[in-house]
Amino acid sequence: MNIWSMFSQKKFRNSLHLWLWLLIFSWGTVVYAQDTLKKDAPANPATAGVDLEKGKSLWEGNCTSCHGLTDEVVVGPGMKGILERRSIEWLIPWVKNSQAVIKSGDKYAVELFNKYNKAVMTSFAFKDDEIKAIFAYVDKASKEVNVVVPPKETGTGTNQALSQQANGGSFNILLGILVITLVLVFAVLALMLSMVGKLLHQKENELAPEDREIVNQKFQPFSIFQNPAVLGGIALLFVLVSLKAGLDGLTNIGVQQGYAPKQPIAFSHKLHAGQYEIDCGYCHTGVYKNKNATIPSANICMNCHNAIKQASPEIKKIYRAIEKDQPIEWVRVHNLPDLAYFNHAQHTNVAGLACEKCHGEIKEMEVVQQRAPLTMGWCINCHRETVVDHAKDNKYYDRLMESHTKNSGKPMTVENIGGLECSKCHY
Amino acid sequence: MMENSPKKYWKGIEELTNDIDFVKNAQNEFAEPLPKHEPNSENNRRDFLKLMGFSVAAVSLAACEAPVKYSIPFLNKPENLDPSIPNFYASTFFEGGDFSSILVKTREGRPIKIEGNNLSPINKGKTSAKVQASVLGLYDDTRFKGFMANNKAGKMETIDEEIKKALSSASNIRILSSTIISPSTEAVIKEFAKKYTSAKLVQYDAPAVSAHGILQANKDSFGIEAIPSYDFSKAKVIVSFGADFLGTWLSSTEYATQYGQTRKIGKDKKEMSRHYQFETRLSLTGANADYRGAVKPSQEALAVVALYNKLNGGGKLEGVSAKVEEILEKASKELQEAQGASLVVSGSNDPNVQIVVNAINNKLGNYGTTIDINTPCYIRKGNDDAVNSLIDEISNGSVDTVIFYGVNPVYDHPRGKDLKGALAKVNTKISFALSPDETSTLCTYVCPDTHFLESWNDAMPKKGIYTLAQPTITPIFKTRSAQESLLMWADAKTTNFHDFIKGYWNANVFKMQTKFKGFANFWTSVLHDGQFLTNAVATAVVVENNEEDKKEDKKVEVKAEIKEEKKDTKPRVAGKFGSDTNKAVGEIGSKFKTAGFELSTYQTQAIGNGSQANNPWLQEMPDPITKACWGNYASISQKTAKAKEIKEGSVVKVSAKGMSFELPVLIQPGQADDTVVIAVGYGREVVGQAGKIDGKAIGVNVFPLAIDVVEGVSIAKTDKYEEVAQTQTHHTIMGRDIIQEATLSEYVKKPNAGRSYVHISSPDGDKKPSEVTLWKGHKYPNHSWSMVIDLNSCIGCGACTVACQAENNVSVVGKNEVLMRREMHWIRIDRYYSSAEDAKTWGEMEEASANPEVTFMPLMCQHCNSAPCETVCPVLATTHSTEGLNQMTYNRCIGTRYCANNCPYKVRRFNWFHYAEDDRFTTVNYSQTNDLGKMVLNPDVTVRSRGVMEKCSMCIQRIQAGKLTAKKEKRHVKDGEVITACAQACPTDAITFGDMNDLNSQIAKTLDIKKNIKKGHHGQEDEIEYAISEPRAYQLLEEINVKPQVSYLTKIRNKDKEKGKDDKKANHGGEHH
Repeated sequence: MNIWSMFSQKKFRNSLHLWLWLLIFSWGTVVYAQDTLKKDAPANPATAGVDLEKGKSLWEGNCTSCHGLTDEVVVGPGMKGILERRSIEWLIPWVKNSQAVIKSGDKYAVELFNKYNKAVMTSFAFKDDEIKAIFAYVDKASKEVNVVVPPKETGTGTNQALSQQANGGSFNILLGILVITLVLVFAVLALMLSMVGKLLHQKENELAPEDREIVNQKFQPFSIFQNPAVLGGIALLFVLVSLKAGLDGLTNIGVQQGYAPKQPIAFSHKLHAGQYEIDCGYCHTGVYKNKNATIPSANICMNCHNAIKQASPEIKKIYRAIEKDQPIEWVRVHNLPDLAYFNHAQHTNVAGLACEKCHGEIKEMEVVQQRAPLTMGWCINCHRETVVDHAKDNKYYDRLMESHTKNSGKPMTVENIGGLECSKCHY
Repeated sequence: MMENSPKKYWKGIEELTNDIDFVKNAQNEFAEPLPKHEPNSENNRRDFLKLMGFSVAAVSLAACEAPVKYSIPFLNKPENLDPSIPNFYASTFFEGGDFSSILVKTREGRPIKIEGNNLSPINKGKTSAKVQASVLGLYDDTRFKGFMANNKAGKMETIDEEIKKALSSASNIRILSSTIISPSTEAVIKEFAKKYTSAKLVQYDAPAVSAHGILQANKDSFGIEAIPSYDFSKAKVIVSFGADFLGTWLSSTEYATQYGQTRKIGKDKKEMSRHYQFETRLSLTGANADYRGAVKPSQEALAVVALYNKLNGGGKLEGVSAKVEEILEKASKELQEAQGASLVVSGSNDPNVQIVVNAINNKLGNYGTTIDINTPCYIRKGNDDAVNSLIDEISNGSVDTVIFYGVNPVYDHPRGKDLKGALAKVNTKISFALSPDETSTLCTYVCPDTHFLESWNDAMPKKGIYTLAQPTITPIFKTRSAQESLLMWADAKTTNFHDFIKGYWNANVFKMQTKFKGFANFWTSVLHDGQFLTNAVATAVVVENNEEDKKEDKKVEVKAEIKEEKKDTKPRVAGKFGSDTNKAVGEIGSKFKTAGFELSTYQTQAIGNGSQANNPWLQEMPDPITKACWGNYASISQKTAKAKEIKEGSVVKVSAKGMSFELPVLIQPGQADDTVVIAVGYGREVVGQAGKIDGKAIGVNVFPLAIDVVEGVSIAKTDKYEEVAQTQTHHTIMGRDIIQEATLSEYVKKPNAGRSYVHISSPDGDKKPSEVTLWKGHKYPNHSWSMVIDLNSCIGCGACTVACQAENNVSVVGKNEVLMRREMHWIRIDRYYSSAEDAKTWGEMEEASANPEVTFMPLMCQHCNSAPCETVCPVLATTHSTEGLNQMTYNRCIGTRYCANNCPYKVRRFNWFHYAEDDRFTTVNYSQTNDLGKMVLNPDVTVRSRGVMEKCSMCIQRIQAGKLTAKKEKRHVKDGEVITACAQACPTDAITFGDMNDLNSQIAKTLDIKKNIKKGHHGQEDEIEYAISEPRAYQLLEEINVKPQVSYLTKIRNKDKEKGKDDKKANHGGEHH
């Protein structure tokens, strides 16, 4: 009997269709879930009719160094609910020349001026339309911001958690699909087995005696464990697996991958390096010239924070440190053992590696985490794989390049120029 | 098949005399028995297993939680201070009579290493061991932590008040200081003397450091009370009577650099100086001499007279062997031939002897060529007579206040004992000592001076050379510089010495130049360079204000008188010599009488006058000749020992000048018979922990005997025995051609004279060892780091050893461990004695050993290309790099010690203990154990742990740093940019380090490296080979074909006699060249 003909059976086809539909449907759910996250918040009808795009570009180009979209003070007051506080008619002359408004004796203006230590707001020669556009954008954006970004710094961690959940969610769905597929495959196989069995039973008489024996054989699921070879194999497997686990455990002693200690000040790399795109070298002054990238000294923080966000309790910790003349005790995240010499300048300046290569997506991290295992195997592996691209325009590597290209057709890796030698890192 | 040199070398007396212990141990693989188990420990194998099991469990448990480490940044980061990038500050070292212009390397604000300042015309970028070690003194925990009154801690302000009160009521104030070369300090003292008019300054140099004789002689002969500028580099014939000018005499680093130039030979320079030395002990300088005569201390003086007489027509030195007389005669002849290009010096501190030396140099026309009396050197100003009369004054109670500044006369003056008693008669005694010493403990007040690395200062070591010293760290303890203390007590306008120096320089030095218009720029430039050179000299005149001015204002105007020196004018020469030589000769004759048994004292290379006795680096630095450390000993000659039946290590009772003490004996070849020689600087009673062993002073203080003529000397055997801690006696040379040498005339004929070529029998006939090899060899595509050591210019001073110790965090192990042969120095200097005569058997050498030739051979890891250590390491802890280095990876090492056993050069050092943490080493190894001492550690170098092998890495950290700089700047490494610590310190440039692949490098030139391209056959790649073609260059133990990366250049002696056998050897060499 043609076994394939069984697939044409209606019953079977139906279940297969069901399965395929399930699959397509679940995929659709994933896509939809992601879309909802990205979807724009509805626009404020009150600001309709102005050029929001222009407002956005003007805002970002001129205002963000002093004002934020929340109610938090950066240098000047936060812009949350600005149109509720002040009318646009008051705001237009204020933006054009705040000093003139103050001189005119406007009570609110004078109070505001005094509240912010008589810091003069820069005057901007915008047109009325432009100012309107800015505030329209600010009004809209500040409401959105409140939806997406929780207002308090301490809460920003949830944001990361959210995105992580999103990532993990899609993975789980995929896993679920795989499991269901497997179960279905098993079911189909069992179905086929029983069908073939039935078929063969029906035609038992036509079979040879040996085959009949096989067909009638009772399946004893545990008889397999009576076989010494299988038992031995399992024992061996057990030993090997536990040995491997044990050794892995031992080699992982001291490996702190994923280490993300709480820091004395809740400094956010996501905000500084990610959102504001401050270059790593601005704070980590040593990263391109020293062995150590160096943790920034408080005076570097003060370059900006003597004006920005003075009121924040976290920033106040910096002030306190300076007043008390006590340096901030940051918790070291990346701990290389003393016996290993690692020089940042060699990797960042000479080799031109991006910081992310070892430190992970630092621009996404609220709390810095050790992403790389920092084991010798990890170092060595990178040295084996990395092609020394920078050698082309660095005269130092001339002789090495010449010798390598003469002897090998492959690209020159760090290993080829002695990158695996002990004394590169241990002395 | 090896061509043996006919010369035999031996490393120590016991090898020569076939001492029974030595013979027994010579064949043993290990010098010391293997420790089977730790003493007082009953641990057995089971315990070990239990412990191991426990520790594995403990480690895994402990690993569950990682310790939290902190990263603490600056609050306000200073500009130009980048962690991990060293800053260098130009400064000045002047201590114990040693002057050096230096660069201080600081890391993260801590001074960690001292290097020479290349701009200096005096030390030319070189330094002595003492200078190298001085940085550790900064982190000495036994320093005074604050002001003291009556040996109790007191408040600075209260003590200042009390002192001021005492000073204003004092009627006779004396300041006893060591030589002051700082013009600003002199001005400070003048300022002080203006307020306290009875104050007088007496300058004092400890005996063995003092140059009283030279100063007085020059005053008598030329009217200039100063040391002249000697220029050894211009001298073709050098004759020294007991002056250890390469080791400890006056400005020895300067002289060593000059001398080194005359000993360098090569393709273009085939002449070298000839050096005669007449001395009692075998000094470092004597060891380098071409001809050397051993004479008694009294004869050192009489020999000067004999030479003077010989130059004036005839004379003879009485009481010496015919050989010495012959050498003196020869010296006299050659001096006359080399008129104007010779130099005669004497280490004597007797003015009359120095007058005769002046007369000799004058007669030879050396003034104006090798001696420049018009450029006086000011590093010695001590006047022994003045100090003696001060002690008299103190004894008779006429002095009521004494200020001790940088001196410790109770310990180091021959009359120290008298002074100690007499000081009770002085009302107020003030000391500026940095750490407690014999004098400061007797003082009423101690106002500790700052360490020189913490202070501002200036110096005028020579006429026309001004240097600055700047602080490289803020004072660690509550101390104040002595100058500021004096200014404070004098109620000066400024009590800030920095401002005072600036004021002084603005008024006096600034005028001497025209390059800078503004003082600020001038100051910055001088501070950067560390020095200012002029050919004019300032005579600072503190203009005396008249009485009325004084009442109104204490303002002091400092004016300068500038005497412009015309370059063409010839310095004061022959005609101006104005001493009565005959009178001097007469006085020498009556003063110096040869006695039956004589004693002489000297200062060692490391310990000097004992002021740095608490510096374990110096205590453990082996003496260049005796290779002994941690203590002094009585050295006597072989013949004397035999006559008195004294053995090496026997304790003898030395009696002289009414005092007697016991010391172990060290038998010293080359020393004059019937003499005993003992080093000063030991026996410090009041000193930090490292300066003591088991709480007792190290050695015996022989300063009371440090006088010109010691009477009533005798030694007597006792039945005690004490081993002298020596770092070399334990491995033999076994007749191998390690030292390859020739005489100058042989070298001129054949550049490869003295080279010994080794051949190996093979089925295809005799072959060079390098042609019979199993190894493929290594390829060095980029760098081939290497070293070449010129045995001819190495004077054996040991600066490299200490420089290496400071650079590479080498542990100090202490006397007991040195006795166990466990010293840790990465670079050692092997000293080989050899017979001037040809000796066929060991026995024959005995006669010759009375005056052996000496060769110094610095030995560190040879970085073999077929390294025997690499093949035996079971864990690949020692491997080869692509840059020619033999790498040692501490964290891989499991301590099997196979590598050390397989090393033919015995340069690997094993950490028997965790020296950095073991309680037994806290006193001697305070640079690694003490929290303060640790600040001296080089952060780029791992501190090794117990059970780990270590060795010379060719300063890999410096190589890596140099390469990184080059990479950052996208260029090749420049020659001279990367230099090892030993090569940097070497005063004679005997060590050259560099990249052999860089044909323009100094090392490639020295080794005459030729680039050969071997055509590859059968489609193979061409092979580039860098071949050494300098005929003098050789590698140690060529026969075993380990192919060291380090090369040596043959030792060439400027001796007349050509040895018949050497000729043959040279011919043999020629065939294969």
